[in-house]
Amino acid sequence: MTGVSSDVVRVDAAPLLAIDGLTLERGQSRILDGVSLTLGRGETLALVGESGAGKSTIAFALMGLIGRTEARIAGKMRFDEVDDLASLNERGWSRLRGRRIAMVFQDAGAALDPCYTVGGQLVSVLRRQLGLGKREARERALALLEGVGINDPEARLSAYPHELSGGMQQRIMVAIALACNPELLLADEPTSALDVTIQAQIIRLILTEIRARGASCVFVLHDLALASQSCDRIVVLYAGQVMEAGPSRGILENPRHPYTRLLKSCVLEIGTTTLDPPEGGVPSYDDMPAGCRFATRCPNALQRCVAERPPLAPEGERLIACFNPEPRS
Amino acid sequence: MSETSLAGQVPAAATHGAETGAMAPHDLPLFELLDVEKRFTITRPTGFLKREKRSLAALDGVRLTVRRGASIALVGESGSGKSTLLRVLLGLAEPSDGKALYCGQPVNEMRARDRDFARSVAMIYQDARASLDPRMTVKALIAEPLMHFGLCGRDEVDDRVRALLARVGLPGDIAARYPAALSGGQVRRVAIARALASEPTVLIADEAVSGLDVSTQAQLLNLLRRLKREMGLTLLFITHDLGVASYLCEEIAIMYLGRIVETGPTGAVLSAPAHPYSLALRRAAPEFFAPITDPLEGEIPSPLDLPKGCRFATRCAFVEEDCRADEPVLAPIARGRSVACRHPLHEAERSAFSSGVPSPAPPDRPATGGAELSA
Ligand SMILES: Nc1ncnc2c1ncn2[C@@H]1O[C@H](COP(=O)(O)OP(=O)(O)OP(=O)(O)O)[C@@H](O)[C@H]1O
Ligand SMILES: Nc1ncnc2c1ncn2[C@@H]1O[C@H](COP(=O)(O)OP(=O)(O)OP(=O)(O)O)[C@@H](O)[C@H]1O
Ligand code: SF4
Ligand SMILES: [Mg+2]
Ligand SMILES: [Mg+2]
Repeated sequence: MTGVSSDVVRVDAAPLLAIDGLTLERGQSRILDGVSLTLGRGETLALVGESGAGKSTIAFALMGLIGRTEARIAGKMRFDEVDDLASLNERGWSRLRGRRIAMVFQDAGAALDPCYTVGGQLVSVLRRQLGLGKREARERALALLEGVGINDPEARLSAYPHELSGGMQQRIMVAIALACNPELLLADEPTSALDVTIQAQIIRLILTEIRARGASCVFVLHDLALASQSCDRIVVLYAGQVMEAGPSRGILENPRHPYTRLLKSCVLEIGTTTLDPPEGGVPSYDDMPAGCRFATRCPNALQRCVAERPPLAPEGERLIACFNPEPRS
Repeated sequence: MSETSLAGQVPAAATHGAETGAMAPHDLPLFELLDVEKRFTITRPTGFLKREKRSLAALDGVRLTVRRGASIALVGESGSGKSTLLRVLLGLAEPSDGKALYCGQPVNEMRARDRDFARSVAMIYQDARASLDPRMTVKALIAEPLMHFGLCGRDEVDDRVRALLARVGLPGDIAARYPAALSGGQVRRVAIARALASEPTVLIADEAVSGLDVSTQAQLLNLLRRLKREMGLTLLFITHDLGVASYLCEEIAIMYLGRIVETGPTGAVLSAPAHPYSLALRRAAPEFFAPITDPLEGEIPSPLDLPKGCRFATRCAFVEEDCRADEPVLAPIARGRSVACRHPLHEAERSAFSSGVPSPAPPDRPATGGAELSA
C-alpha cells in the first residue's frame, strides 16, 4: 500500500479498480448494461442514481456475493493484481472479501444476525479476519464501537441488534467494515439512517481512515450535496447504464446529461417550496428501450435515442452517454 | 390551551381533565402523549461473568399533541427515541409511565376495540425490508390491506395494485416479485404503497423516503403533499433530512436523548433555532462543496449515565453554570414555539457563533464548523 498523507490524494497510473463493460442478467432482466468505471488509489467515488439502477448490484459483484447460478455476468472487473474478480473461485474470494475489499451494507438491520449479540458478531469477524485472540478481539471491538460514536460500548456489545436503534446498527456495520483495514471500501448508503450530525462524524471517520491508509472508497449516496463534500468523482447510473461520470464539481455544477440534470433539479434544500419532477418512472425490464434507457422520460430525446444506444464518450474530463446533452456552460 | 398542535406547556393533569370533560370528540387531538416515559432494561457486564441490570430511559417526559390535519416532522439524534415514540404513540409499546391517548382514550384500548383504527392509521416502518413478509409477492403484500378492509372486489385487485405501484413510481412487473428481488428503494416504495392502500387518514412514517434517489423522493413528497391538501391527511414524519422536513411538514419537533428539546413551525425553527442542539443540526446539514465539519464536540452521553442538569450540557457551545443544576423543561418562547433550554438562542448569539470566518453563506446558514470555531 502506498503511504498517502491525509490531504494529498495521489492517483496512481494503474487504478486500483477498473470495471469494463460489466453486464449482469437475472433471468430475462438485464440489470447492469455495460457499466464501466475506474477508481484510483486513494480516490473516493460516489455512485448516484435512480433507485433500482443497480448501485448495490455493482457493490455485490465487487464483493463476489453474486452466485454464478443466480445471474450471468459478462465484462471485466480488475482489482489491483487480480485480473478479473468474476473469475475468482471461493478460495480466492476468501482472501479478498472482508479483508482487502469490505462493504457496509445498505440494510444494516438485515445484515446483522438477529440471533447473536452485536459483540459476538463483531468479535467473530475480528478473530476470523485478523486472527486475533478472544481478549484482543474484544478490546478491538470496544475501540471500534467508540470510534463510530457509540456510547457505553460495554453494554452495547452484549445487546442484540433489535435492542439498538436503526442508526446504531448502521454504525456497527461501519465499524465491522473498517475493522480489517480494507484497500477498497464499498459503503452502500452508510449514513442514510443517521442524523446529520452523526452522518458528518461517520463520513469524516471513513474519509480519515481510508486516507490514512491510501485506501479507496466507493460510496453509494443519494444526497448530492454530501457526495460533493466527500467524493472526488461521481458516476451517475440510470437503469443499469452509466449516464455520466467525472469530477464531482464539474458534474454537479454543470450537469450535461439530461438525467443528471433531472437529479440536480430535485435537490431539496431547507426552504425549498416547489419541486417539479416529471411523472413516471424507470420502464420495466420487459419493455426497456434498446437504446438509451432514459429515453422514455428524457426531455431532450431524439428519434435515434430509443433505437440506438449512445456510447459513453469522453468530453474533457468527463464521460457522457447522450446523443443530445445539455450545452456546456 | 395554545393553538399549536405541539403543546408542551400545560401540566398533564390539567390538559387531560379539561379535554375529556368538556370538549366534543372532534375537538380532541388525534394523538396525545402525556409525560411519556419508556424504559428498557438492559444488562451490562461489570466484570468477568458479572452482569448488572440497568434501566435505560428511551423516552423521558415526552409530551406531544397531534391534531387532525397536522403535519409534524420528528427529527433528532440517532438513538434519541424517535422510533420508540412512534411505537408508544401507536400503542405498539406500553409507556412505562405517562399516557398515550388516541382521541382522548388510551391508544392500546382503541387499537383493540376500534376496527377503524387499523384502517385509518397507517404506519411505514424504518426497516422496510423487515416489515414486509418475505414469502409474499409484492402483489399479495399490497392486496392484503385492500382485501382485509374490503376496499375493492376481487376482480379489481390487479388494477388497484398496479395503480398503487404507479403512484410510488414502480413498474407493474414488480408485482410478481418477492421483496428479496427488489432494491432497497424499491422495498421502501412497496411499503409506502402498502400503507396508502388502506386509504388512511393518518400516516405515520419512520424514515419513509430516506434511501431514495432525489427524483423519486420528490415524486413521493409531492404525492404526500397532495394527499394532505386534498384529503386532509395527518402526517407524522420521522426524517433526518431537514429539507424534507421543511418541504412536507408545517411543524417540527426536535429530539435529543429521549427528550423533545424544541418544537414550533418548521420554517421558524429551522431559520432561527432556539435550542443549541437544533442549531448544531441545522449547521450539520450537507452543503454543496463545503468541507465536512464536526458540528458537535464530545461524546454522546450514555442514556445509562445521563449528565446532571441539561442533558445536552456536555456538548453545548453555550453552556453556563446553571445548566448543570437541573434539567430544563419544554417552555414557550414565542408564538407556537417551545424550547427546553435555560438560555434559548437569540439572533445575536446565533450569528456571533457563526461569525469570525467570512463566509458567503447567509447568516443563518454558516458554512464554518463548530469544532473549528470553538478551538
Ligand atoms: N433477485 C433478483 N431478481 C430479479 N431482479 C432483481 C433481483 N435483485 C435485484 N433485482 C433488480 O435489480 C435492480 C438493481 O437493484 P439494486 O439493488 O442494485 O438497485 P440500487 O441501485 O441499489 O437501488 P436502491 O437505490 O433502491 O438501493 C433492481 O431493479 C431490482 O429490482
Ligand atoms: N427493545 C429494546 N431493548 C433495549 N433498548 C432499546 C430497545 N429498543 C430501543 N432501545 C434503546 O432505546 C433508545 C432509543 O431507540 P430508538 O430506536 O427509539 O431511537 P431512534 O431515535 O429511532 O434512532 P434512529 O434514528 O437511529 O433510528 C436507544 O438507545 C436504543 O438502544
Ligand atoms: S441519449 Fe437521448 S434519451 Fe438519452 S439522455 Fe440523451 S437525449 Fe435523452
Ligand atoms: Mg441499493
Ligand atoms: Mg429509529
